[in-house]
Formats: sequence, C-alpha cells, structure tokens
Amino acid sequence: MDDGTNAPRTGSPVVRVEHLRVVRAHREVLSDVSFTVERGELVGLLGPSGSGKSTLMRSLLGVQIIASGTVEVLGVPAGETALRTRVGYVTQAPSVYTDLSVRENLAYFADVLGAPRTDVDRVINDVNLGHHTRSLVRGLSGGEIARVSLAAALLGNPQVLVLDEPTVGLDPLLRRDLWNIFQSLASSGVTLIVSSHVMDEAQRCQRLLLMREGHLIFDASPRELLVRTNTTDYDAAMVSLVEATP
Amino acid sequence: MSWRRVLATSRRVLQQLGHDPRTIGLLLVVPSVLMGLLAWILQHRRETFDAIGPPLLGIFPLVVMFLVTSVATLRERTSGTLERLLTLPLSKAEFVLGYALSFGLASVVQAALVSGLSFWVFGLHVAGSAWLISLIAVEDALLGTAMGLALSSLAATEFQAVQFMPAFILPQTLLCGLFVPREQLPTALHWLSDVLPMSYAVDATRHLSDPVSSGGRWIIDAAVILAFVVVALASGAATLRRRTR
Repeated sequence: MDDGTNAPRTGSPVVRVEHLRVVRAHREVLSDVSFTVERGELVGLLGPSGSGKSTLMRSLLGVQIIASGTVEVLGVPAGETALRTRVGYVTQAPSVYTDLSVRENLAYFADVLGAPRTDVDRVINDVNLGHHTRSLVRGLSGGEIARVSLAAALLGNPQVLVLDEPTVGLDPLLRRDLWNIFQSLASSGVTLIVSSHVMDEAQRCQRLLLMREGHLIFDASPRELLVRTNTTDYDAAMVSLVEATP
Repeated sequence: MSWRRVLATSRRVLQQLGHDPRTIGLLLVVPSVLMGLLAWILQHRRETFDAIGPPLLGIFPLVVMFLVTSVATLRERTSGTLERLLTLPLSKAEFVLGYALSFGLASVVQAALVSGLSFWVFGLHVAGSAWLISLIAVEDALLGTAMGLALSSLAATEFQAVQFMPAFILPQTLLCGLFVPREQLPTALHWLSDVLPMSYAVDATRHLSDPVSSGGRWIIDAAVILAFVVVALASGAATLRRRTR
C-alpha cells in the first residue's frame, strides 16, 4: 500500500501543513501556516470568526484554492481521490438536503460513500436523532440539522474528521455527548480537527491550535496555554495571548 | 464511473421531488394547461393550431425543464451540499448524470401527458406520426434539463438563474422558426438560428408534421438535438469546480 505514490500512507503524520498561504479577494486569509497532526489526536482549532479557521479546514479537504504551501493528508496531497472515503467533513453551514427526511439524507450519503446501510442507524444513534428519522430536515431545529450534517460525516470509516463548528448552537448536554463521541473516536485511532469559536471547548481537546487574523499564534495542549499565559480561564488566556502577539 | 452512485443520486433527486407535490403538479400541469389554452384560443382556426401546436409541444417542456433544473442545481450549490458531495467519492459526471436521469424520467411523464392530451383531447391533428412527435417532445424536455445543468454554473444566485429564462430562452423562441420560418430570416440571424438548440426542436416537429415533403429529415434534427444534450451535459460536468476561492 505504501509503494504507490497516490495511496494514502498509514505512517505519521496524518496531516502535514507547511507554509500554507491563501489569498481571497486580494486579502491574505492564511499567512504562512505550518503544523502537523499525528494519528488519533483530537485537535481543537480555535479563534474568533474571520480568523481563517474555515479556510484552513477547506484547505485540508482540498476544496480551497491555495496561493502557496503544502497540504498533505495521510501522506498524499489534500483533495486526492483516494482521500474521499477516508476524510469526513462537516461544513460550517449544515450541508444536507432540507427537503429530504433524516434517513433519506443519510442513506444517500452512505450510498455515495459505498458504506453499508446499517451505518445509517449507527450514526443516527451517535448523534441522538432516533426520534426524527422520518422527519423532513426542513422541520427540525438548527441544532438538530447540525447533527444530521455531523452524522453524515461519521458514515463509513473516516480516518480523519474535519469538523467546522459542529457544536454551535447546541445545548450543553448535547455538546458534552458529542465531545464524548469525538474523544472515543480519537482513542480508537481517528484523527479529529474540530473548530470552535467558544474558548470553553478548548478543555475538551488534547491539543489546541489558536488562530488570529490568518496566523497560527499558539500550538500546544490546553494546560500549556493556561500555564504559559498564567491565567485560569480560556477566554482570558486568548486575550493575554493576543496582547502578547506583536 | 459508478452506476451505483449515479442511480443513488437520481433516486435522491426523485425523493426530493416526491416530497414536493406542488412542483410535480407544476411540472405536469403547466405545459398541458398551456396547450389546452392554445387549443381554446384557436378553436375557430384549427389549421393554425395544427401548424404551431407541434413546435410548441417541444418548446413548452424544454422551457419548464430548463427552469426546474437550473434552480435545483443552483440550490445544491448555495446550500453547500454540492461542496460536500465533491469531497465524497462522487465524480462530476456521476452528479450530472444522476440529475439527467431523474429529470429525464420526469420529462417522459410530462411529455407523454402533454402530447397525449394535445393529440387525443385537444384535437391536434398532424399528417405525420403523433408518436414520433411525442418522442421529440421527450427529447426536448431532456435538452431543457441538460441546458439547465450547463448554465446553472454561470449563476451565483437563484435570482440570476431565473434571469436566464429571458436572456437565454426568449431569443431562441424568436429565432427558432416559430414566428418567421428560419429560411426567411435575415442571413446573419439565420446563421445564428443554425447554432441554437431550440431551432432543431422546432424543425424536428415541423418535419414530422409534414412527412410527405420532408421525408426522413426529422432524423437529422433529432440527432442534432441529441448532440446538444450530450454537449450540454458534458459542459455541465466540466464547469463544476471542486476547488473554489
């Protein structure tokens, strides 16, 4: 499997980003971003809205046109055909069909992925939507629609999950449940990159990447963030970090 | 190319239609009501109805399917589902064929209904084969779908997509030979009409209505329409972009 140049490699790192630059409408949205992620890591990508989180995630999926730099996932350039069954993606706005039922949506995405139909029940359970399988997505609440979108990304056997603000607008109980799912996926060897603009979610991750105005300004564990900024809560840590950045 | 993914996509599009009875109604009822209206307007001028009825049998389904398809694929673009699909193992050709297949099926039902009503209820009379004219109506509806898929990539909003109707369809309606026979158009306009798909939709039904003087010329028209369908589907697939700014 490792001989072919286009076959995803199982050796580390899972994600390798080097000197990534993205320019959109004459504005530099990402400036010289570099980091690597190892297998089974649960990485939180945090920062205010407009800091470049979504653009970075789109780059990992290979749907973003980049100005320069390297983005590799599982050892091959982002967006390669071989990655399409291996990388699950949840866009910031829920991207599901509002005029289909929950089950019809998931059955379609399962068919496209070539995942067994039994997967549909598994992911419906994972996101706790068992009571709504026959409801049209249009009639669900915002949080429920976000969960349908997340469930679609869990279909098949993704080795990497790129989740753009999957918990936004959800109640605290459900947020806790989802983070528990993320943590158990990570301990089973799935690599997760989860973005959020809520600093509180930092404590759920093993590692934090903090973004601000297109720059990666911090890359270490949540504990390290508090220690280094000499603060006790994550919002204060972010403020202190931003003030310290030239 | 995987037919499993093509069929999954067309089943999904049909399920969406299935949840939207009003669109199905409009799809089936609008062309039929228009033909009925025309028959009524021309009830004392049957020869006019028999002359413009067959071309309109091709044009109405074409226009309706063009609009439905361009809005449906544009919705896919603006809702983010297209971006998701393109990160999954679905090829652009599979996506386009999935749409063509499901809307093609809708076209068959639509064209069968409007042709059946025209010939056997509204009293449309032609010297040629009503069956073949109905078949051309299906082909024209498919052409509308294919052009909708091709052009929807040019529109950024649903508002723009609806503007394609006057910008793209109405000029063709003027030039397709419905008002003035194409050979009597000014030379430049005649050439222009030669490269517009709707001209062949009208030619095919005209030739089929008058088999004595036209012989088998409809076969060439039908082949040209089919070529337009293929080109439009291919460009619809080619203009889908996996990577965007």
